[in-house]
Amino acid sequence: MTTLVIRGGHLIDPAAGVDGLKDILLKDGRVAEIASPGKLKSANGAEALDATGLTVAPGLVDIHVHLREPGQGYKETIATGTAAAAAGGFTSVAAMPNTRPVNDSPEITRWMQSPERGASIRVFPIAAATRGSKGETINDYAALKSAGAVAVTDDGYPILKDNIMRETLAAAARVGLSVIQHAEDTRLTQGASMNAGPTAFKLGLRGMPAEAESGMVERDIRLVTELRDARAHLHVAHTSTAAALAAVRRARRSGLRVTCEVAPHHFLLTEEHVGHYDTNFKMNPPLRSAADRDAMVEAILDGVVDAIATDHAPHAIHEKEVEFEHAPNGITGLETALGLSLRWLHKEWKLPLGRVLSLLSAQPAALLNLKGRGTLTVGSYADVVVFDPKAEWIYSARETKSKSRNTPFDGWTMQGKIRWTISEGRIAYAAESA
Amino acid sequence: MTVPVPPVRRPIHPPPAPASPFPYNPGSLLSASDLSLDDVSHILSRATALENQDPLTRDRILAKRRVALLFYESSTRTRTSFELAAKALGADTTLVSSLSSSIEKGETLKDTGLTLRALGAEAIILRHNSSGAPWLLEQETHLPVLNAGDGMHEHPTQALLDLRTILAHLRPGAEAVNAETIAGITLTIAGDILHSRVARSNMLLLPRLGARVLLCGPKELLPELAAQVGPGIEIERDFETALRQSQAVMMLRIQAERLVGLQLDLEQYKANYQLTGQRLAAQAPDAIVMHPGPIIRGLEVTASVADGPQSVILEQVRNGVAIRMAVVERAILAGHPLAGHALAGPAQRGRA
Repeated sequence: MTTLVIRGGHLIDPAAGVDGLKDILLKDGRVAEIASPGKLKSANGAEALDATGLTVAPGLVDIHVHLREPGQGYKETIATGTAAAAAGGFTSVAAMPNTRPVNDSPEITRWMQSPERGASIRVFPIAAATRGSKGETINDYAALKSAGAVAVTDDGYPILKDNIMRETLAAAARVGLSVIQHAEDTRLTQGASMNAGPTAFKLGLRGMPAEAESGMVERDIRLVTELRDARAHLHVAHTSTAAALAAVRRARRSGLRVTCEVAPHHFLLTEEHVGHYDTNFKMNPPLRSAADRDAMVEAILDGVVDAIATDHAPHAIHEKEVEFEHAPNGITGLETALGLSLRWLHKEWKLPLGRVLSLLSAQPAALLNLKGRGTLTVGSYADVVVFDPKAEWIYSARETKSKSRNTPFDGWTMQGKIRWTISEGRIAYAAESA
Repeated sequence: MTVPVPPVRRPIHPPPAPASPFPYNPGSLLSASDLSLDDVSHILSRATALENQDPLTRDRILAKRRVALLFYESSTRTRTSFELAAKALGADTTLVSSLSSSIEKGETLKDTGLTLRALGAEAIILRHNSSGAPWLLEQETHLPVLNAGDGMHEHPTQALLDLRTILAHLRPGAEAVNAETIAGITLTIAGDILHSRVARSNMLLLPRLGARVLLCGPKELLPELAAQVGPGIEIERDFETALRQSQAVMMLRIQAERLVGLQLDLEQYKANYQLTGQRLAAQAPDAIVMHPGPIIRGLEVTASVADGPQSVILEQVRNGVAIRMAVVERAILAGHPLAGHALAGPAQRGRA
């Protein structure tokens, strides 16, 4: 199938400023034509999808996922992870390098993008910033970039040494790549398994102080300030504390290239949700205080946050059915990001639909310079999500397309039922009832 | 490193945390906070009744019922008293410890629990070095689980036996407890509060009966937020000021195994917080002196205090057997008959 027409839907393309009823023609993997309903010039013979009453938007872009391949296929594969992504409306995901082995080479970067992986949607590898993510030796960023890497990071293993981080920022800026930092001063978080505070004390668990995150963000911003002339770009992954957001806010005001993302669990949940040691509420950074969570919502509403990213981190059931402090960090998130964002950011906290969609598509695509993604102007990639914006539904972890079920949102009410996800002109996901 | 945080300008009504599914089994004792005051009264009166009962009839109460002790940490008092308590009621007990079992080979807590259940265990008494482990074990087995100490978290039977000890000395004759039973009593808990499960369980139990709990210790071992665990809890850093107000003093050991690199000046610690005969005579000549054990003589208490007339430390140990008889009885008789035993249904709750 090389042509597809989506008729009668309400197109919202925040980057292009479009918000109205439109028909769209997709041809050879690109957007070929957009016109008022019934006015497409060249749609003859194309397969048609009836989007009457539905919202049509650029396919969602998640710049923070763990697809676990190579090396940990029992948790997730690129095929299953991207199937879950498509079911969640995503058409592009950026895959973190903490695979086995670590993705610190052009070979692995290419391997991840090979058609043999069976991806349903586009995978953009993020390469390791240092060899083996050990924080010592900088990788060859030019070679990684030409193999397809869209950013560098040592996600999960923050770069602690000032000189290495400075060198990373400078070297990445020279080849036009962003540096993503998992901001955690691991010297302050030894043996800790949740946020430091009264809940951790009550549960008898060692806590990660907020300063472990904000201190690292402040250090990184100081380095970016030193490298101001090199136009280094620092992206703060999964921001979780009010203090870290405040640091990003100030950096932005002084004109630095500092961006940040927030995960749905950090704008919805708090440390209280850990309850009686539920390991599906254990992730890093951990769920924080109510004041931190409120600061995430506030920063999303007032525009400081650049992207919503899931930090989709699948783990096998047996890995999570253990003592809380021994359980691995991370939760799945690709299938729930849109439903939670619409239910809470849009319906509850009144963020306009276009802004929600922009945080999930146009802005993250721009942040990592993914050309032709996150918008549906003519000539862009035919990456589209079609959904019923009003429909409410209950998420069931049992029905996930991911290999893993470690979600805190099992049984939660979602808003916005996805009908089709189209990746480069092909239907990557279609709801069963459609 | 302080960053001004902008105030939230909009009302944010977030999704609430879901209700706890615990305990799955009404026979379980996971946390001191799970017990209503009626439950506490019942356990106290059963402890006394069982203690006074003829051993030859007492051992028919749980005759041939199977109780497993699962111990991931070393223990003298708790293990022996649970074992003696279960045996005094006629139960068969079996001890599985992390050394000398398949736990050494990597068997998980879940699998160990399921194995014990398959072997016929009707209740599991768990001591574990990870906070929260009893909740995991209960969730996976649905058996009555008795928390015999989990990491730095809780030790609910210790709080019950401490309560029994306090009542015997300061409220003699009291058995049915209410929200004012120990009103007017100040208890100082001194020492390594941060790592202490005994402190946490007592902090969750005693204020509900009216007691005022003073926590005393250096910042490294007693963070300010400890006072936020619940109502009726205050911090008093000066040991002598705390002692002057107290009718009961509970001394805690410094848990060297949980310090994780924390450096403490022990001489300084002793100078500020050691309970000496002189301090006790000067500040609290009538207070009872408690200690959950093990005692490190010459560190948190001097030998003369541990062995002195105000010490009730060995009474605490004896009370442990009585309380644990009541708790083991409750576990089996109030528990669900999940392991295929038709006798002990929830309908029989309170029968004993």
